[in-house]
Amino acid sequence: MSIQNREAFLDKLASRLRRERRTEGVERPQWSVTPQEEVFKGMSQDELVAVLEKHCKVIHTTFKRTDRAGLASVLNETLQAYEGKSIVTSNDARHQEYGITKFFEEQGDQLDVHVWDAAIGKENQKIAERADVGLVFSDITLAESGTVTLFNTKDNGRSISLLPRTFVAIIPKSTLVPRMTQAAKHIHQAQASGQDVPSYVSFITGPSNSADIEMNLIVGVHGPVKATYIVVD
Amino acid sequence: MSIKIGEIPYKERIQNGIKDDFMRQAVSSAQGRFRTGRLTQAAELGNWEDWRDLGEEIRTHTLENLDYYLHQLSEQVARRGGHVFFAETAEEANQYVKSIIQKKQAKKVVKAKSMVTEEIGLNKALEEVGAEVVESDLGEWILQLDEDPPSHIVTPALHKNKQQIRETFAKKKGYTGSDTPEELAAFAREQLRQDFLSADVGVTGCNFAIAESGSITLVTNEGNAEMVTSLPDTVITVMGMERIVPTWEEMEVLVSLLTRAAVGQKLTSYITAITGAGLELEVDSPEEFHLVIVDNGRSKILGTEFQSALHCIRCAACINACPVYRHIGGHAYNSIYPGPIGAVITPLLEGYDDHKELPYASTLCAACTEACPVKIPLHEHLIRHRQIIVEKEKGPTAEKLMMKGFAAWASNPAIYNMSAKMAKPALGPWTKDGMIENGPGPLKAWTEVRDFYAPQGQSFRSWFKQRQKDGESK
Repeated sequence: MSIQNREAFLDKLASRLRRERRTEGVERPQWSVTPQEEVFKGMSQDELVAVLEKHCKVIHTTFKRTDRAGLASVLNETLQAYEGKSIVTSNDARHQEYGITKFFEEQGDQLDVHVWDAAIGKENQKIAERADVGLVFSDITLAESGTVTLFNTKDNGRSISLLPRTFVAIIPKSTLVPRMTQAAKHIHQAQASGQDVPSYVSFITGPSNSADIEMNLIVGVHGPVKATYIVVD
Repeated sequence: MSIKIGEIPYKERIQNGIKDDFMRQAVSSAQGRFRTGRLTQAAELGNWEDWRDLGEEIRTHTLENLDYYLHQLSEQVARRGGHVFFAETAEEANQYVKSIIQKKQAKKVVKAKSMVTEEIGLNKALEEVGAEVVESDLGEWILQLDEDPPSHIVTPALHKNKQQIRETFAKKKGYTGSDTPEELAAFAREQLRQDFLSADVGVTGCNFAIAESGSITLVTNEGNAEMVTSLPDTVITVMGMERIVPTWEEMEVLVSLLTRAAVGQKLTSYITAITGAGLELEVDSPEEFHLVIVDNGRSKILGTEFQSALHCIRCAACINACPVYRHIGGHAYNSIYPGPIGAVITPLLEGYDDHKELPYASTLCAACTEACPVKIPLHEHLIRHRQIIVEKEKGPTAEKLMMKGFAAWASNPAIYNMSAKMAKPALGPWTKDGMIENGPGPLKAWTEVRDFYAPQGQSFRSWFKQRQKDGESK
């Protein structure tokens, strides 16, 4: 770990600003307005689900809603729609809790499921690259923008949501917040209390897209070409 | 490449732009869509002016304490296992990146879209040491294959049509498909996927560095920045020194402003924050992470009346609002930063000598200032540039002479009256339906691009005199 040329560089900035160098004692001011706090303030979880559902149309994402009992069948239906035979997913305790582990076991030979395994290193990426479907749980879900937030760790590689042809996010209703403000606040507070932010945080909003050719919207560029969100009550 | 993109003179560049019918049509339709998107998002929030005020406050505070936040950022990146290099010049930045490429014996470098690496000419520097450099943003890839500079900072290949893109793909990559955008994009996906998987080093720009945690935020729609930072073992981020926020909370506000102001999206498909080298057993994190913080002339702006130009978050809302950009297109600015913000920062970064026309590529209508999500007074900066240029006697000589002449002419009522009366018959041969379309002498520069009202034969003074007389007689 190295830091090179810092002192001269920053001394120069301080001199341009016509003051002594500052290395401590700077506090963020109280901002005069905080409009970000007002968006969807006081909404219930169900109201936030409605906001999310509406916005899924804008971001070309299929929206589904079910409860724990219905999750297996909704997942099955989604996999069929995507002709998903091979699946890569995170090594996540919630799979057991939500009955997904059981569903995969029941499917047996019908599905080729790879659970992220830190021990096999880069091999995970190769499997993800070939997979039809990447399946993850949303850690924080932003209703306003239709965004799933993923804290990527050694058991939950980012490749899962990135390399497969399609992307399925399971969204526990409790993970819904109004917007990015609440996710950022959560991370900021954790960081301030000495808990390091994961080395990758991904805010994913629907499938990848581009408008670089004559401003035509093309859905599906480098990342997944299709996406489904399944909200679980 | 540097900030300046070529040697063609200003007037010729403008002519090239004006004659390019496809480009003008594409630009005007893109401007329309981007602006509608931005205005719809602003209207939906209802308190857009509060958001802009907040954006301005955050940027002002951050720039006022830039040394503090860059110090904090570098400490955090190092603590999370990354290397930080402060580069005062483009050469220093390129030299450092080259040294890593050589140390890693990297053959292939894959890049995510980054304006600052265009600015410092990194691709050329890396090719000098034998690395193959692949741009992975679809628009940038098209331009790279065609060896063409960007014309817009958000949609860089806006000036190209799909037939041209198909031809480029066919010529450079053996593409045999149609010119439908979907098929072209699918081809790019397939080609670039191989590059992502085989690259030794990934290079990104930086939308916002977060000082408190040492994180780098990347904003894309295509997912290419995610590929670039997940697959290669070594990742190098190059950032302009002003692209920083204090904490995640300010990052969130500025990202919300950026995606709304740039493309009318609430958020883009991918917002990713990467922090340092990965932790143990993290497959998708790089083993080695380098952050290069670039000055390259920015510190000259700090502490001056132009400091707010460093508040820019590169959303291009000013470009999309500009009536001059609409007609001349991005290449006419001869800078990788076109439009109003380009006309403000290009002379600041590279000096007036090569860019003295840019502050005049504006009608001063202030649409740019009104569009800016962080309230940079762009048109006021342009006026100030003009003042400086004139003060330095670097203003266009014709204009100075004309102004001097006009002052002498207009301040003498007898001469003014006579010439105003004379003008109509004198300009008769060039006049059609009361408009001059192709004027002689000093009028030529004006009428090349627009019509000029022909003198009416009756001056205001004579009309007013007549009116007073009529009034008296009633």
